[in-house]
Amino acid sequence: MGYVFDPAAVLTGQYLDWFIWGLATTIALTLAAWLLGMTIGIILTLVRMLPFRPFEWLVAGYVEYHRNVPLLVQILVWYFGVPQLLPRALRMWVNSHHSEFLLAMVALGLASAAYITEDLRSGIRSIPKTQYEAARSIGFSYLQAMSYVILPQALRIVIPPLINQTLLLFKNTSLAMAIGVGELTYRTREVDSYTFKTFEAFAVATIIYLAISFAIMALGAFADRRLKLELR
Amino acid sequence: MLQILEDNWLLFLIGQYPHGPIGGLAMTLFLAVAGLSLSFPVAIALALARLSSHRWLRGPATAVVYVVRGLPLIMFIFWTYFALPLLIGRTVGGVETLLFALVVYEASYLSEIIRAGIEGLPKGQTEAAKALGLGYVPTTFKVILPQVLHNMMPSLVSQFVSTIKETSLGYVISANEVTFAASQVNNQLMTQPFEVYGLLALTYFTLCFTLTSAARWLERRLAAERGGLGVQPA
Repeated sequence: MGYVFDPAAVLTGQYLDWFIWGLATTIALTLAAWLLGMTIGIILTLVRMLPFRPFEWLVAGYVEYHRNVPLLVQILVWYFGVPQLLPRALRMWVNSHHSEFLLAMVALGLASAAYITEDLRSGIRSIPKTQYEAARSIGFSYLQAMSYVILPQALRIVIPPLINQTLLLFKNTSLAMAIGVGELTYRTREVDSYTFKTFEAFAVATIIYLAISFAIMALGAFADRRLKLELR
Repeated sequence: MLQILEDNWLLFLIGQYPHGPIGGLAMTLFLAVAGLSLSFPVAIALALARLSSHRWLRGPATAVVYVVRGLPLIMFIFWTYFALPLLIGRTVGGVETLLFALVVYEASYLSEIIRAGIEGLPKGQTEAAKALGLGYVPTTFKVILPQVLHNMMPSLVSQFVSTIKETSLGYVISANEVTFAASQVNNQLMTQPFEVYGLLALTYFTLCFTLTSAARWLERRLAAERGGLGVQPA
């Protein structure tokens, strides 16, 4: 008795809808966590540049926590642990507003912020100080030197690693299935357990993940080529 | 929090052993050590294949690396979970599944590090080895790889940290490692999830932070050894 590989069986009706909803949730989670991570990442970068040492230590501690604890554990802490600490009213509100999605978004966003602030910092640090001094010496003000000379170069350096972070974030949204977020991996398992078409279900999900990952990788490679800077 | 630790530290550390299978932190460490050591030879083979001049070696190796790197680890674990029993014709436990998935996943990432290390060596090394009359195999294993591995030490330690963190996915397929042990404790206690998972996070943090600090120390030492210009890696 041969096994007939039949992807069409999982791409109809209800199951197709599950895949579409799963993909939509994955994309929504990626975008929401990306925005949160970017915002907090930029704020952390600005804070750590302030000339007050303890701020630097605080941000370093933040980065170390997120780098040295598995993302899944961070998600579990947010989903199971943090609500216990919230005031009752807030907890009720979170619970009635898709708590799994919200808390997964927070966990993923905060973890991304740690990596993003590291990328931003190394981008800014890699611009030689002489660039700033040269800009000042030809009569630019601080703001002009920053906005015409330093930041345009720093951004070019930072964009490729940021695209790479986006790829990681996109793949990491799959961990949200562990707390019951109905994203692509979760939905795939659901299709699998309803149809017993394991290979078909996972093949469909794999192709979707690969297509998006490759698109992001290609974007990263393109940015890398186009934005390459010869410093010094 | 201390009470939880006092009541459950043994389960946390070694699982049900000796009254059942070994688990907990011991299993996490075993998975990480075994995962990295087994993926190492695979990674070297992949890296050499990717740098090979034979298209039929380069093509498949490149495809494997790209596909694995394009997929979330969890997807990969699920593939292993149902494909491995078909391949070897018997049922496979959670720990074996996780180990297999980790080896292939880590090897793909590791091979990129090794490849970059090989490409980063001065071309003169290969040319000098060839000029001495050494063939491909001695050139690679006696001249190139020892230097690459030496330079790779910091990356290797970081990769070990990643592997430790990735073993936490055992939770999803009920492989008996420390995250799974913590969830068992949490299910028994019911009322203190923050303490339980906080403790778990702290455990991982202590372990991984020690290792990342070691990696940074190694990196500085290597930079100094090269008589470097004091260029610090970002």
